Amino acid sequence: MSLAGFPNPVLDQQAAFRAVMQALAEPGCIVPSGAMVGEASPLGPVARAIALSLLDFEVRYHLSPSLAAAESDITFHTGSRLADRADEADFAFVDCAHDALDLARYAQGTPEYPDRSTTIILKVESLAGGPTLAIDGPGIPGTRELAIPGLPADFIAQWAANAARAPLGVDLLFTTNEAVLGLPRSTRILGEAR
Amino acid sequence: MSRTAENYRGYNFAYLDEQTKRMIRRAILKAIAIPGYQVPFASREMPMPYGWGTGGVQVTAAILGPTDVLKVIDQGADDTTNAVSIRQFFEKTAGVETTTETEKATVIQTRHRIPEAKLQAHQVLVYQVPIPEPLRFLEPRETETRTLHALAEYGLMHVRLYEDIAQHGHIAKTYAYPVLVADRYVMDPSPIPKFDNPKMHESAALQLFGAGREKRIYAIPPHTKVVSLDFEDHPFEATKFDQPCALCGATDSYLDEVITDDRGGRMFVCSDTHHCETRRAEGHVGTLGTPVTEAAE
Repeated sequence: MSLAGFPNPVLDQQAAFRAVMQALAEPGCIVPSGAMVGEASPLGPVARAIALSLLDFEVRYHLSPSLAAAESDITFHTGSRLADRADEADFAFVDCAHDALDLARYAQGTPEYPDRSTTIILKVESLAGGPTLAIDGPGIPGTRELAIPGLPADFIAQWAANAARAPLGVDLLFTTNEAVLGLPRSTRILGEAR
Repeated sequence: MSRTAENYRGYNFAYLDEQTKRMIRRAILKAIAIPGYQVPFASREMPMPYGWGTGGVQVTAAILGPTDVLKVIDQGADDTTNAVSIRQFFEKTAGVETTTETEKATVIQTRHRIPEAKLQAHQVLVYQVPIPEPLRFLEPRETETRTLHALAEYGLMHVRLYEDIAQHGHIAKTYAYPVLVADRYVMDPSPIPKFDNPKMHESAALQLFGAGREKRIYAIPPHTKVVSLDFEDHPFEATKFDQPCALCGATDSYLDEVITDDRGGRMFVCSDTHHCETRRAEGHVGTLGTPVTEAAE
């Protein structure tokens, strides 16, 4: 399987990055992806666009089992290396429908360098329509609602543990075929929204 | 489009190569996820000396797209050397539209001021930072300041502010006044006057900070708690002026002192030139100003 890269790499990478930047700056907001490429990729077009925009030979990535087929494509287009272990990866890709999610197995950063942590890019069916959770934290005026369907049953507990590690911890980018939603480590899930 | 293509012939879009942009973009994303934490990055040589805003320029170059509208200010002014040359730099290398109007800009690069007009959600404010480490003049060793941040041990900074009170009766720091971001990291807001500190709190705009020589990027996401450090019995107070702007009569803006002769003559005018021009166009006139008329063209 050979998939094309961006038709206009410079401007497409910028557009994909700006969508991710906005998603992390405004956690819980559904941000239309600025660039999409490779519908046939197991990652999905938005996650693949993020990979092609942010990965290069300076970083390593990790693929959860169901996405293993994406390796040659990602390595070919970015020059990034596959990490042997999840906690050695700068970026990780997970398909929520098929893979177990364990946030604690990824790199969490160190107290001196909390930035040395994994950014996890998750593939989900939809960013809306699931059980509604209230979130707050930097980037959110008051509270905001999060309603991603199909999250693991223990996601709230895992996220609470991640938030408790702050400023260490992982940052999440949920992706569909059209959009991206950010959940940085600074965001807290308050519980079910009423 | 032809203008864009023509302007960056020979250069990559916005000057920096793509690999550098990716590295800076990754640092920016970490900075946003950890508000107030200084992310190290591999700062590049730019076609201007360190100290002239190379950090801000690299951050701007990494985020800028063809549809952005760029404003650059230096101490509030659009028409000073640093602002003009950086604006022209991006006109040439990115072909982006530039403006002096705060409201029209999507990306605002600034040296040492925050515009008077309230920033909006779609805007990004990029600060040029000389010394990003607020504890640097209290503890010169990077290994030590890093540990202090890791432990959130900011007693040194409070002692420094207390010494001001012991010596002067009040906290004498008037610019680069330290802030606590999202209840975790003490951060240097760059040498903005403390007058501007309250504008950082719960700002609707994303704020990015770039220090080129010191190789650090940090950020304040929109709607984030930013508290100027103080004491219960010596609360933080923004600078107040006892007179209005001499040109537009504004009483709510930060003023620059301008020497007008060699016999002690002086006037105080808005440091934010766009704010002052807008007010004068609306018909506001200060004590030394002249009404703006059609004939003045």
